Amino acid sequence: MAALLSLHDVSFAFGRGRAGGARLFEGLSLEVREGEFVSVVGASGSGKSTLFKLIAGLLEPAGGEIFLYGERAPRRLGRIAYMPQQNLLLPWRTVMDNCLLPLELTPRGRSADGRGEVLKLLKLLGLEGCENAYPAELSGGMRQRAAFLRTLMAGQPLLLLDEPFGALDAMTKRELHRWLLGLWGDLNKSVLFITHDLEEAILLSDRIYLMPGAGSGEQALELRVDLPRPRDSRMKYEPAFIRFRQELERLLDDQTQTAT
Amino acid sequence: MTKRKPLLNALLAQYGLFLLLLLALLGAWECGVRLGWVPFFILPAPTTVAGALGEDAHLLLGRHLAATVAESALGFLLSVCVGSLLAIGMHMYRTLDKALYPFIIVSQTIPLIALSPVFILWFGYSIWSKVAVVFLTAFFPIVVGAYDGLGKGDAGYRDLLLTMGAGRWAIFRKVQVPLALPSFFSGLKLSVVYSVVGATIGEWLGGSEGLGYFSRRMSGSLQTDAMFASVFLLSALGVVYFLIVAWLEYWLLRRKRRRSAYR
Repeated sequence: MAALLSLHDVSFAFGRGRAGGARLFEGLSLEVREGEFVSVVGASGSGKSTLFKLIAGLLEPAGGEIFLYGERAPRRLGRIAYMPQQNLLLPWRTVMDNCLLPLELTPRGRSADGRGEVLKLLKLLGLEGCENAYPAELSGGMRQRAAFLRTLMAGQPLLLLDEPFGALDAMTKRELHRWLLGLWGDLNKSVLFITHDLEEAILLSDRIYLMPGAGSGEQALELRVDLPRPRDSRMKYEPAFIRFRQELERLLDDQTQTAT
Repeated sequence: MTKRKPLLNALLAQYGLFLLLLLALLGAWECGVRLGWVPFFILPAPTTVAGALGEDAHLLLGRHLAATVAESALGFLLSVCVGSLLAIGMHMYRTLDKALYPFIIVSQTIPLIALSPVFILWFGYSIWSKVAVVFLTAFFPIVVGAYDGLGKGDAGYRDLLLTMGAGRWAIFRKVQVPLALPSFFSGLKLSVVYSVVGATIGEWLGGSEGLGYFSRRMSGSLQTDAMFASVFLLSALGVVYFLIVAWLEYWLLRRKRRRSAYR
């Protein structure tokens, strides 16, 4: 399987100059292969969102290289679909118009039949009939799904999802896990996913990267989740799942302790 | 017909108290003057003012109101164009911002009356000296409203659109302008009311027509009833302007309003 995205020895520091600013991470390497769902977990402040901004091209690394779709990628804006923590749907646009936004911004998109595609995806995401609704008329879970749809409409093979379910209540979150797991086989995308929720990470991912503590300069720890697909949310009560979760929690605790 | 009634009820619910108080005040005023508590040449009774308005209707509405409308509307439109362009320029270019912002503040601290001889010198007694005064009073709220509104643009939206491959101009059009509209309209409402004040001051400085000129001339010859009639027209003009802008905002932001209805 080809790597869609790979980071080699990437480092990043806030502020100007490599020596002066506060180093967030150093020598970080990770990889997302085609069709994979990969999660990044770590303590808050470890630089997960910053890492995503680096990958998306909103920030530039201080050192190291980022490869996208097999080649070195100094310009990454507009080549990866990015879904931020808040849904950031434009309140004055309907769901349909929000989802068409990525198409309006690219020359490729304007010629495509956006509406038909959005309608098809709305059906797939269980939002049928919502195309003319405004974001404020939807529930939190529906808004998140609409934002996910907009992310899909960017038409990129790689999706960066920054805690997309972070702001939701537990019930809605469960519902969306069920929904995403059911959908995953048909989506044909690769995902890099940030979360605080370990259970969520294990349930959804093929692999998990543990972000090193801020400024520690260590590598991101890589863990493989060997649960069969298709998955469903009942798997989290299975012994293998619980063992894995314990292990992950232990690693995370170790790390926060060494960091302090 | 069935649709009319709720509208009337809604208007009464909204403005009923205001109208009641207005009537009471007018009544008290009328009584006060009629009973001789206030001399009529200091404060004419409302009916007298209405009489003067009727008497001079042709002159007031045909000539002076038309002149004031022309000056204030021209000055206001100029303010909107120049003010918006300034705000956009300052928002887009940091250098322009740093260079111009202090000037814009200073323009508001200059006493208009002190500047008036200069305006007369530059523009003469033509309509343009009044337009200049209107512009100077009305453009400030527009610049500040538009500039602050554009500054509100959320960094989250900007980042999101950047990852979609948007350029600066696209982000400006798709996100920042819609986000700036409420603040822009707040500035517009202030500005449109100021434009009437500006026109009045402009006419005081020199000229031969307009409601401001007329009111000054009438007060000079102690014809307070005619003066009050022109003041009434000026204030009514401001209200009409305000309503036009408010309606424009209502119409443009109707989708946003729909959002807040569900909050």
